[in-house]
Amino acid sequence: MSISLDEVRHIAALARLGISDERAQLAAEELTSILAHMQVLTRVDDERAAGSDTDGKTGMTLRPDLGPPIPLLRAPAFFAPEMREGFFLVPRLATHEDPEPSP
Amino acid sequence: MSVRETVESPRAADSVASGAFEMVVGLEVHVQLLTRTKAFCRCATDFGAPPNTNVCPVCLGLPGALPVLNEHVVDLALRAAIALDCEIHPVSIFARKNYFYPDLPKGYQISQYDRPLATAGRLTTDATGETAASTVRITRVHIEEDAGKSVHDRFAGVSAIDLNRAGVPLIEIVSEPDIRSAAAAGAYLRALKQLLEYLEVSDVNMEEGSLRVDANVSARPVGASTLGTKTELKNLNSFSAVERALDAEFARQCALLGAGQRVMQQTLLWDAGSAAVRPARSKEESHDYRYFPDPDLPPLLVDRARIKRVRNDLPELPAARKARYRETFGLGAYDADVLTAERSLGSYFEEVARAHRDSKTAANWVMGEVRAALNARRLEIDRFPVRPADVAELLDLVASGTLSGTAAKRVFALMAETGDRASQIAAREGLAQVRDDAALREWIEQVIAEHEPEATRCARGERKLLGVLVGFVMKKSKGRADPKRVNQLLAERLGV
Amino acid sequence: MTETGFGSHSPEGTVAEIRASVTAGRRSPRDIVDHSFARAAQVRAGADGLNAILWSDIAVAHNEAAALEPRLNGPDAPLLAGVPIVVKDNIATVGSPTTCGSRILAGYHSPFEATAVSRLRDAGAIAVGKTNLDEFAMGSSTEFSAFGRTKHPLDPRLVPGGSSGGSAAAVAAGITPAALGSETGGSVRQPAAFCGIVGVKPTYGRVSRYGLVAFASSLDQIGVFGAHVDDAAAVLQAIAGRDGLDATSSDAPVPDYGEYPPTLRGLVIGKPREYFPHQLDPRIADLCERALDRCRELGAAVREVSLPHTELAIPVYYIVAPAEASSNLARFDGVRYGLRVTDHGLRGMYEATRSSGFGPEVTRRILLGTYVLSAGYYDAYYAKAMRARTLIATDFDEVFRSGVDVLFTPTTPTTAFAAGSRTDPYQMYLSDIFTVTANLAGIPALSLPIGRIDGLPVGGQLLAPHFAEQRLLGVARLLEHSLGAEAHR
Ligand SMILES: [Zn+2]
Repeated sequence: MSISLDEVRHIAALARLGISDERAQLAAEELTSILAHMQVLTRVDDERAAGSDTDGKTGMTLRPDLGPPIPLLRAPAFFAPEMREGFFLVPRLATHEDPEPSP
Repeated sequence: MSVRETVESPRAADSVASGAFEMVVGLEVHVQLLTRTKAFCRCATDFGAPPNTNVCPVCLGLPGALPVLNEHVVDLALRAAIALDCEIHPVSIFARKNYFYPDLPKGYQISQYDRPLATAGRLTTDATGETAASTVRITRVHIEEDAGKSVHDRFAGVSAIDLNRAGVPLIEIVSEPDIRSAAAAGAYLRALKQLLEYLEVSDVNMEEGSLRVDANVSARPVGASTLGTKTELKNLNSFSAVERALDAEFARQCALLGAGQRVMQQTLLWDAGSAAVRPARSKEESHDYRYFPDPDLPPLLVDRARIKRVRNDLPELPAARKARYRETFGLGAYDADVLTAERSLGSYFEEVARAHRDSKTAANWVMGEVRAALNARRLEIDRFPVRPADVAELLDLVASGTLSGTAAKRVFALMAETGDRASQIAAREGLAQVRDDAALREWIEQVIAEHEPEATRCARGERKLLGVLVGFVMKKSKGRADPKRVNQLLAERLGV
Repeated sequence: MTETGFGSHSPEGTVAEIRASVTAGRRSPRDIVDHSFARAAQVRAGADGLNAILWSDIAVAHNEAAALEPRLNGPDAPLLAGVPIVVKDNIATVGSPTTCGSRILAGYHSPFEATAVSRLRDAGAIAVGKTNLDEFAMGSSTEFSAFGRTKHPLDPRLVPGGSSGGSAAAVAAGITPAALGSETGGSVRQPAAFCGIVGVKPTYGRVSRYGLVAFASSLDQIGVFGAHVDDAAAVLQAIAGRDGLDATSSDAPVPDYGEYPPTLRGLVIGKPREYFPHQLDPRIADLCERALDRCRELGAAVREVSLPHTELAIPVYYIVAPAEASSNLARFDGVRYGLRVTDHGLRGMYEATRSSGFGPEVTRRILLGTYVLSAGYYDAYYAKAMRARTLIATDFDEVFRSGVDVLFTPTTPTTAFAAGSRTDPYQMYLSDIFTVTANLAGIPALSLPIGRIDGLPVGGQLLAPHFAEQRLLGVARLLEHSLGAEAHR
């Protein structure tokens, strides 16, 4: 199975990775080659392996509904790229920009 | 310039009878749970704190931080699931729903996906004036965390992110598409809200966002058994918005289908201003959330002991309370309905009734004056300055004859305004009933002097005028005179 | 700098020796810190420096040393009193940056500290530096760091292994007697083997992951390096145990890792045939055989066993780990912390920030992980891999249930390789072939030096059932003692 350039562009978009066409082309080849090694998995006997994902596992321990919160030794303003009046700032979301005329 | 997209709405709409089609609705309700701390960290859930102050490494999604589930979240979710008659799963799994959004700190939301806490429940709604009693099946109840808040209108050109709400626990209650009308959707939502309030699972406040509703709606020819293509309605800010949006969208779909066109599966936003739906701009080129089990959270195991404990601790539910009100307090069906609609109102009533003993009067006052005062002030009952004991004291004064009914209403108004006690106000305002004959006779003489013709006619035998004269005395006394005694004294004076 | 390495290392002493001298008042913690900094300065000097330590601050270390002084008096001086430690830079510390070797976190100071680091401090250890790593621990050579590669202490042309190459090189070069690393598929054991020291990956859940920047959460575990088994054991003792901040941490009791039997009498060592394939370098096979002979001399029985699903391990690992990584690394979006590169709108900011912040290997794994989780491929890859993972775990369960106490294998198929020599990603992935199984099964594993080939260290790997660290360390200690100087010849 080979991964197409379009698929690479699609997953790069999902992962919010801006990659050049050149890099996308290379990635398509690399991923195709890596995934070729994964074909051995098609031989896995599902019957034998099925149903064992949670059996016998211990469940999670829960915490009481109590504070205090884990302290921040530095305030968000210390590490935030951009803050104003206590808010993190980001570029205006596309869904809240003035809509562009549809093509 | 703004080019607003619109959804297709053929003009033929009016000519197509929507009577040929049936509305099919399923509702997804998100409910914020009443916990002290967030779902996966120890930050407070307080509403209204300054931005980004209820935050920690976990809910900020800092590198290296890990989630740990709050036990009370599980118990509250179980309470709802049990009350909704769900099947509780001994093993449920938290998954990651992956998408990018600035108010989603980790780049994924922790939510239960293919292994939810509970499935296959139901909620029965009572008959109302508009709808018959019905049962709506519940598909699932699952636990998830809330996102933060994006504020778009605070600063020019940028969006502002507040993560105080990020990580606050929610349950999502998904219904089967069993709802057949806008009114039935409203009835379902009111019953659900009432149930959740009784369970003390949530404060179910739509304005503060602790209860949010999305609706899936489709239309199909009456008698058909398959489902039509559905659209998802969002931005429904009140129950009446849900009902209006459903009717509008159903009409739009009927018009399309009637014109031989197809309904497109999409997400629509309700615009209350224009009373119409418009398509949501999609956040992503495609929705591919890449769900997978969250490796930071082992399976949630719910054993029988926990289910039993939660079940035993369930508070009294609306139906049981209604029956009890009729039995113990001797109320009629209507009064019991009104007083149990909201848990807090009923509890208020019970306190008044226990202190005052005449439960019928207590019920009338709580349903009448108390509710009117709350509505006028847009107050929640727990913030109302007049406490049940104060109302009981007031009713005691009426029962003992110290206050007339009219005076009691004035005293109550002042109590609501000042928060002072009834006896204090009655004394201060001189509203206690006057039964002193000398004082009453003085008013009677004045009234006879001022209304001589009537007094004369009455003395000559027109007995019906006696009531009119009593009324004048009452007015002169500003309602304080004891009407019975006035009647007696006036009759004596005029010799009738 | 010469091709023969960074000079003879002059270890200040073992963990036990340092503790003894500090608690007896012969040395001050400050002296110990100074010695570590002096050694670090010696090996990192010049462009050809070892580049094991990314961030260190002698003033901070001096403060920690001073804070420790009052706790040294009295009979209950802490376990690691005065012991200098370096910490892999994907573990959150507050006194120094935490960058994960990535441009996206350059200059980032964590506002909280990892549980393991707090526990080290409680035990009297002093963190003297943050060590280099492959970016976000994704790599097997410490070449993929935004801050330059770390070199092998014995030969700067070679890699020290990875991803915890900085920690391994620091211990091998004598800067500190022990270090914290992290494991996802062998990132402690493989560099320990390459550098000729001891590396331990504890049972999944044994050490809190709170503060370890996640790569693949179901596989990640903080591990320890020591110049000797005892050094590693003491550090593990200090950091192991339940932590309420990590839902996957175990409440299994922590035994005394200093306790071990006098011999291996009655112990059954399994030798899994899948770990000794025909292609295995015969010199590595010979060194393994010599180590097994020593075990026999110590009274152990050696039995050949089979772990039939071993061939699935690399494919499973390179599906599960990138899948989890693609999600774990979504938080690096330029909104709340770290690098932000602005471009057109929000979407532009996301893409510019992430593409310039992540290096090529991280980008490759995010793409791979996103692909295997995406609609239409989940069942074929991720779901399938998760099922295969249970088969690998079951292999171990069955072998241990059959009476085998520990397994012995080579740690790596080769000795340290030349920098720049593994350009095909999958060939690089194969360096983990003997180590990923322990991460997939969640069992504890350890690598210790068992000899050298052409002057380069070879590691032997021991694997044990869940939470059998005490047994693992006991066997390793006896074998280490028995091999003596041969382990480094
Ligand atoms: Zn928090």
